[in-house]
Amino acid sequence: MTRPDRTPVIAAIGLSDGPKAPHLDGLGHQAQAMRRALADSGISKGDIDGFGCAEAWIPGVPGVDLPETAEYLGLDPRWIEGTYTGGSAYEFQMQHAEAAIRSGMAHTILLTYGSDLLTRMGRSLGTAYGRKPVGGAAYEEPYGKTTVAAYAMAAQRHMYEYGTTPEQLASVAVAVREYAAHNPRAIYRKPLTVDDVLGSRVIADPLRLLDCCAITDGGGAVIVTTEERARDLKQPYVSILGTAARQNHWNISQAPDVTTTAGARSGPDAFARAGLTPDDVDMAMLYDSFTITVILLLESLGFCKPGEGGPFAEEGNLRPGGRLPINTDGGGLSACHPGLRGIFLLIEAVRQLRGQAGEVQVPDCDVALAAGSGGWFSTIGVTILGKGR
Amino acid sequence: MSQMASQNIRGRQGTLEIVDVTDTWVKPVPDLDPVSATYFRAAHDGTLLIQRCPSCGATQHYPRHVCRTCAAIPEWEAAGGRGTIYTFTVVRQAGMRGFDADAPYVIALIDLDEGPRMMGNVTDCPVDEVHIGQRVQAYQLRIADGIGLPQWRPGATSD
Repeated sequence: MTRPDRTPVIAAIGLSDGPKAPHLDGLGHQAQAMRRALADSGISKGDIDGFGCAEAWIPGVPGVDLPETAEYLGLDPRWIEGTYTGGSAYEFQMQHAEAAIRSGMAHTILLTYGSDLLTRMGRSLGTAYGRKPVGGAAYEEPYGKTTVAAYAMAAQRHMYEYGTTPEQLASVAVAVREYAAHNPRAIYRKPLTVDDVLGSRVIADPLRLLDCCAITDGGGAVIVTTEERARDLKQPYVSILGTAARQNHWNISQAPDVTTTAGARSGPDAFARAGLTPDDVDMAMLYDSFTITVILLLESLGFCKPGEGGPFAEEGNLRPGGRLPINTDGGGLSACHPGLRGIFLLIEAVRQLRGQAGEVQVPDCDVALAAGSGGWFSTIGVTILGKGR
Repeated sequence: MSQMASQNIRGRQGTLEIVDVTDTWVKPVPDLDPVSATYFRAAHDGTLLIQRCPSCGATQHYPRHVCRTCAAIPEWEAAGGRGTIYTFTVVRQAGMRGFDADAPYVIALIDLDEGPRMMGNVTDCPVDEVHIGQRVQAYQLRIADGIGLPQWRPGATSD
């Protein structure tokens, strides 16, 4: 008896309106993104038998629970997935979706995300939760630990150990802005210089305003199915070559070493599963909550040695035409960061592998990597995708 | 079985300076659980508690019902209150209720001489003088009834 082909692929993607969409709430973003993903592929909603959504869309922001989201979208899944690991949630969910497709537990899986963070909260730092801290937060929040402050402490230590400079951090923001200029749904599109970044106000030393990601609205949908099924659909499919996940810690004070990430372990796992090395990657979607996040991911995933991420960025390798184009949608720094950015990493990687990225298309893009970072470099999910045959 | 009874604490207690700000504290107050209640109560009384595992010897912060290294039940120990700044930042735009008047203020991760790493503010010195590798000394802020918060200022000796 021959086993049916159960090779998992990404068959469809969809984005909801952004960067500001006052006409949509979180569920509305997910409904619109789902509808667009269905239209993208020609899959009908009734074919979906698996559903994943990071239930806690944003900590501290009221949302709707996972099963109610499935109900709202009119789904009746036999496989359901709600892993929440912060910004990396959808890379963790991809690891699980890949396994579900391979095992036959589901045939067509929809992952959705949606958030009206900008419309709801405005441009606050998003850390004023107004409740008594519990768990690990009880040992951090009374000290006034903001999100930016936690990342700033990592940047400070990285500078101390390796001599990383503010100019090198700024060069990440500058590179990502070059891509954003071509994305009509990016929130910031005006060209940026290193001096612009260095001239922006310091939020928490050494991170300045323009080292920090944007706050936007937005939503996305990804449909995962078998290669066999995807062959007959409207879009070229994208192969899932390798997925891996790792959690080091959660709260920043529990990080064993703030100059690296859990990606130092999930990266090699993903490459081993794909049978590839960092040299094989044509473009990367690296979670850019802050400029330092990109530096640490470059190093921990093996694109550079520890301490060489700053010079690598400053030499222009991340820019259009560089050795490793990143975040070609304009990233969280300039385009889209509605709270959890993980699903947008996958969507842009698919666009590149299909050859549909327009002015920011990376030539001969055969392999793309998406690395989501959750917490404070705590949970790093890695998805390696390849051009479908 | 009572785990980690609060009377079962190794080391000298009540040695740290206490500063009472109960009447003026507008920042977050921890929501207590059975383990953290012991920790924050000790802080209120001038002691910085860590946990040491009787089985594997590992020390840890924050306190838990379990040794994060070997899963045994950890024991309480009064730390000496001396540490070294592992990293820090100067928060110049606060964004958290209760902290706006403090900015710029220092948040640091401090490596205690006993091993564990913890977060704290470094006070009583100009923010621009704080640096990685700096020796710091703990004191305790009384922030609410029965709740203290370990804080830090420059000046611990190396012994």
